[in-house]
Amino acid sequence: MAGTPEKLPLLSVEDLTVTFTTARGPVRAVDSLSFAVRRGRTLGIVGESGSGKSVTSLAVMGLHTGARVTGSVRLDGRELTGLPERELNRLRGRRMAMIFQDPLSALHPYYTVGEQIAEHHRVHFGSGRRAARKRAVGMLGEVGIPDPARRAGEYPHQFSGGMRQRVMIAMALACEPELLIADEPTTALDVTVQAQILELIARLQEQRGLAVVMITHDLGVVARVAHEVLVMYGGRAAEQAPVDALFAAPAHPYTRGLLDSLPRLDDGDDAPLRAIPGSPPSLLDPAPGCAFAPRCPRAAAAAPAERARCEGTRPELRAAEEHLVACHLSPHAAAHTRGGPR
Amino acid sequence: MTAAAPLLSVRDLRMTFPGRRGHSAPVRAVDGVSFDLAAGETLGLVGESGCGKSTTGRAIVRLLEPTAGSVVYDGRDISRLRQRALKPLRQELQMVFQDPHSSLNPRWTAARIIADPLLAQGRAAAGARRRAAELMELVGLLPQHLDRYPHEFSGGQAQRIGIARALATGPRLIVADEPVSALDVSVQAQIVNLMERLQRELGPAFLFIAHDLSVVKRVCDRVAVMYLGRIVEVGAKERVYAAPAHPYTRALLSAVPLPDPAAERVRERITLLGDPPNPAAPPPGCTFHPRCPKAREICRAEAPLLRIAAPGEARQVACHFPESSG
Repeated sequence: MAGTPEKLPLLSVEDLTVTFTTARGPVRAVDSLSFAVRRGRTLGIVGESGSGKSVTSLAVMGLHTGARVTGSVRLDGRELTGLPERELNRLRGRRMAMIFQDPLSALHPYYTVGEQIAEHHRVHFGSGRRAARKRAVGMLGEVGIPDPARRAGEYPHQFSGGMRQRVMIAMALACEPELLIADEPTTALDVTVQAQILELIARLQEQRGLAVVMITHDLGVVARVAHEVLVMYGGRAAEQAPVDALFAAPAHPYTRGLLDSLPRLDDGDDAPLRAIPGSPPSLLDPAPGCAFAPRCPRAAAAAPAERARCEGTRPELRAAEEHLVACHLSPHAAAHTRGGPR
Repeated sequence: MTAAAPLLSVRDLRMTFPGRRGHSAPVRAVDGVSFDLAAGETLGLVGESGCGKSTTGRAIVRLLEPTAGSVVYDGRDISRLRQRALKPLRQELQMVFQDPHSSLNPRWTAARIIADPLLAQGRAAAGARRRAAELMELVGLLPQHLDRYPHEFSGGQAQRIGIARALATGPRLIVADEPVSALDVSVQAQIVNLMERLQRELGPAFLFIAHDLSVVKRVCDRVAVMYLGRIVEVGAKERVYAAPAHPYTRALLSAVPLPDPAAERVRERITLLGDPPNPAAPPPGCTFHPRCPKAREICRAEAPLLRIAAPGEARQVACHFPESSG
């Protein structure tokens, strides 16, 4: 996923680690994660509960107040980690924006949606009330809300789930950010409404050249929207690859397992699903080795010495053709580890 | 279906919730649902949120009191039975819920949760505990964990306990309401496989309520698609999935993202406009007409009845202009 030299990535994350202090000791929710997203491209981050995918997105936005965040997050070449809150505030909304699963938690119930979008615009551009209001209405129209001038005067609860998600997208994009982080934006929506929202994001991306990070648990959504994919497990990257390579030849046994365990519309129903045994790991006491080892069919079938390595040593990400894969037993994984900082 | 009387026969089931005083009209959550379920058969009830699928399931097992209609179970209308008269039937009619952790009593051990339906039927404590241990094993849990509490189990394991509880009394009908949708993707398949195995080995009929069309295709023999309180299409799964007759079924199927990027790029998608309508103020005529790409004048005026889609086919569809493909 290395950015080509002539086209530097808009977002570049290196060695990101997020540690929370809890009553039961430190929890490393994200561990040594690196990825990059270019303008006009979509990175899909896939993972299950506790994989660290949402923590990652909040860390990029600088929204973790109680956690220790190390590593580097660069937006268009500018380092964001360690920036004072005031500086971050200037970037958030203006150059990078985020949308969430539940729009109601991101919208203020006491203000009309028009006021909320307009305020956003006034804060970042210092525009006057009338101009900001006009911008809000225009934005609501752009995200496909019928009769935007009237609906700008309504409150969040007066919108349906799908329309609320559109309002949040309008708010996120009102100041023309270059990076959009979407954290499970369609998980709470019905499938027909999900299709509308994904189409909307794709259209806006195309018009504005947005870089998008799409965080989801749904491999179907990833297949539909992503150019590159990062599969997370237990806070780490299990595999990174271009979308076609990932689905055609998953290199990590976890990716393989996820794909095999999905019931599919486009497949027969004769053989039982190949389920992954066990459940996702707890981050409270992580295994010393590969987080997936306890559930891994490849480790289970390996010779004792190999299995001991899976259980005892963390696998590093290695390049294997188009993939980066963190697996001791991946057949493709060449011996050379990934080079230094890109 | 076969000539034998169905195990469950639902006719014109209606469930109306009163509107908030002075604020809104009554909500017809279920608005005349009829279907049959044969012994040992699995029927999927699918649809989007608010379509009435869960309410239908709950009204059938009488967790809700249906407003109108009949629910004939094994030849007997149970829709008006008093709870007391219903009690002996409870061993035959069981339910599995979506969120295993909120549907299991956190202060009870697994043993007590699973044995509870047996104790309620008057079984002796020692026998019920023995049976609970067998059921733990049957659903893939360790019988040594009988005395653990729900929070000591993962989501998938807790759902296994919920299933064991439902199986305890040897039911002939299990209503499963979104039994896998709260689980992690990697765990869903375990529960789907478990339910398929139990269905094969023990043979209860399932009413499988879900919004995930891929899971339903996997688990069910027949599928009923609901929209705004009504069934719009019902038939053998092979037919409904391969050649959907109702425009809503078509749109629903085409909206599901496939985990296959190459297929996704070339796929024809029917994008519906707008949101599902408010069930307190359903549109006139066919309730799907405001979103339907095929709607014509008659659709705005007249509600289509659920009827046989094509001669010689068991599949039924409620549409004035169903797809006529083979």
